[in-house]
Amino acid sequence: MDVLLQQIINAIKVGSIYAVIALGYTMVYGIIRLINFAHGEMMMFGAYFAYILAVSTPLPFIVVLFLAMGLTALLGMLIEKIAYAPLRKAPRLSVLITAIGMSLFLQNLAQLIWGAEPKRMPSVELFEPIVLGNIKIDAITIVTVGLSVIFMIALQIFVKHTKPGKAMRAVSEDKEAAALMGINVNNTITLTFAIGTALGALGGVLYAVAYQKVEFVMGIMPGLKAFVAAVLGGIGLIPGAMLGGFIIGIVENMTKAYISTEWADGIVFLILIIVLLVKPSGIMGKNTKEKV
Amino acid sequence: MDKKNKKYYLINAIAILVVFLIIQTLMSTGMLNRYISTIIMLICINIIMATSLNLSTGFMGQLVLGHAGFMAIGAYTAGILGIALKTSGMPGFVMLIICLIAGGLLASIAGIIIGIPALRLKGDYLGIMTLGFGEIVRIALTNLTGLTNGAQGLTRIPKIANFTNVYFIMALCVAAIMMLSRSRHGRAIISIKENEIAAESVGVDTTFYKVSGFAISAFIGGIGGGLFAFTIGYIAPLNFGFMKSVDILVIACLGGLGSITGSVIAAIVFTILPEALRQFDAYRMIAYSLALILMMLFRPQGLFGTSEFSTEKTLAFAKRVLSKKGKRDKKAKKGGKS
Repeated sequence: MDVLLQQIINAIKVGSIYAVIALGYTMVYGIIRLINFAHGEMMMFGAYFAYILAVSTPLPFIVVLFLAMGLTALLGMLIEKIAYAPLRKAPRLSVLITAIGMSLFLQNLAQLIWGAEPKRMPSVELFEPIVLGNIKIDAITIVTVGLSVIFMIALQIFVKHTKPGKAMRAVSEDKEAAALMGINVNNTITLTFAIGTALGALGGVLYAVAYQKVEFVMGIMPGLKAFVAAVLGGIGLIPGAMLGGFIIGIVENMTKAYISTEWADGIVFLILIIVLLVKPSGIMGKNTKEKV
Repeated sequence: MDKKNKKYYLINAIAILVVFLIIQTLMSTGMLNRYISTIIMLICINIIMATSLNLSTGFMGQLVLGHAGFMAIGAYTAGILGIALKTSGMPGFVMLIICLIAGGLLASIAGIIIGIPALRLKGDYLGIMTLGFGEIVRIALTNLTGLTNGAQGLTRIPKIANFTNVYFIMALCVAAIMMLSRSRHGRAIISIKENEIAAESVGVDTTFYKVSGFAISAFIGGIGGGLFAFTIGYIAPLNFGFMKSVDILVIACLGGLGSITGSVIAAIVFTILPEALRQFDAYRMIAYSLALILMMLFRPQGLFGTSEFSTEKTLAFAKRVLSKKGKRDKKAKKGGKS
C-alpha cells in the first residue's frame, strides 16, 4: 500500500512535468496548427539556462526559474520570427520539416556550446521533506506539482478572461476574420510562442531538477511524450493537455513499477493508439463534421 | 499512343542500364573505393525508402511519421531469415529475393494493420499514431531479445547484397511506384489526397485504396529495410528510431511530395551531404539542419513540387530548342532580320 502511494506521488510529479510541456505544445498547435518539434529543445535550453544561472549566481531557485523561462521565451520568439513566420502560407508539411530542422539545429548547437557530457543540476532543498507514515514527499515534488498547477490555472484564466487571451482564441479560430476585427495576428502568434516556450522551459527546469541531469538530448523523449499527452487529451485544448500529461505520467510510472521498465514507453504509445482509435480527436476533443 | 509509350519505356530502360554500366565500370576498375561503393548502395536504399514514403505521404496525402517501423520489420525479417538460410547452400541471389519478399510481406501486413485504423484518423492525428507505431516496433525489437538479440542488434547477417542487385531492385521499385502513380489506381490514390469526400462521392473506393496504398508503401519500405540489412550486415533497433523516420520524411519532402524524380534527387543529395560534411565533424549536423531550414524557407514545396522528369517532354523540348535554333539560323542566312 505504501509503495503504491509513493508510486502515485511520483506519477503525479512526472505527470505534471509532462502536462506543463504539453501545454506549450498545445498552445502553439492551437494557434498555427504546427507540431512544434523544436519544443523539446526549448525545454532543453530552459534547463541549460537554469543550470548556468544556478551554478554561476547565488540567486534563489524561483528567480533562476523565472529568468530561465524569460530567456527561453525570447529565444522562442526569435525562432518564430526567423523560421516559422515566413512560412505562414506554405504547405503544412514544409513548416513541420522546418520545425524538425530547427530541433536538430538547436540540439547540435547545444552540444557544440556545452559539450556532450551531461551536467549535474544542483538539487533544490527549499524545505524539509514531508513525512506521512512511511511516505516521504520531498520538496521538489511539492514545488513541481504546485508550480504546474498554478501555471495551468493562470494560463486558463489568461486565455479565457483577458484581452490577449481572447485574441489568441480568435486567431486560432479564424486568422482572417480575427485580422478584420482589428487583432494583430502576427503579434498574437508571437505572444503565444513566448508563453508556449516559457512553459516548455518551466517543464525543462523541473525535469532537470527532478532527474538532476542536464544534457543536449534531454528534450527528445520528454518532448515526444508531452506531445503524445497533448494529442491524447485532445490537441489545442488546455484542459486536454493537463489531463493527457497526468495520464501519461501515471501510466508510465505504474508500468515501470509493476510491469516492466523496458516496455513502459511502448505501453504509453499503445494506449495512445487505442485512445485515438476509439476517439480520434483525443479524450476531450470534439468531433467536427466535415463538409464538402 | 501505345507504340509511343513503348518507345519511351525503352529509352528509360536504356538510360537506367547506362547509368548502371558507368557506375559498375568505375567500381570494378577501382576508381570508386569500398567506402564510396557502400554509400552508393545506401543512396539506392534511401531512394527506395523515400519513394515508398512518397506513395503514402505524397500521393495519398497521409502523414506517416513511422516509416522506419516498416523498414525495421523488413530488415529484421530478412536478417533473421538470412542468418537461418546462410548454411543452406542456396545461391545468394535466390536467398536475397526470398528474404526480401518475406520482409516486404511482413511489413505490408503491418501496413494493413496501420492502414485500417488510419481510415478513422486524419492529418496530425494519423501522423502521431504512426509515430507511436514506429516507436512500438523499435521498443519491441529491443525487448524481444530471444528473436532479435535485443539492443545489441543482429550481427553476422550474410552480406549478399551487392551493387548490381541493389541497383536493379531499386530501379524496379521506383518504376513500379512510377507506373502505379500514373495508372487508374494511382489517380484514385491521388484523389484521396485532393479531396476524400469528393472522391468517394464519384465512386472511388477510398477504403480499399487507402489500405492498399499503405500496404504497398510498407511492402516497398520493407524491401528497402531488407536491402539495408544485407548491405551493412548488422542491424540494431537504434538504426530504426524516430530520427530514421524523420530522415526519410525529410528526403521525401525536400524532393517534393508527389514527385518521384524529386525523391530520387533528394535521396542522392541528402545521403551524400552528411557524408561529405564528415570532415567538419562538430559542425556537420548544424550545417545539415541549417540546409534543411533554408531549403524549406526558400522552396517550401520541395525541389520538384509535384512535377516529374519525363523523357517524352525532355525530348520534345530538345527538339523544339534545336528546331528553333535551326529556324533562327535559316532566318539569319535569309536576310539578317530580327
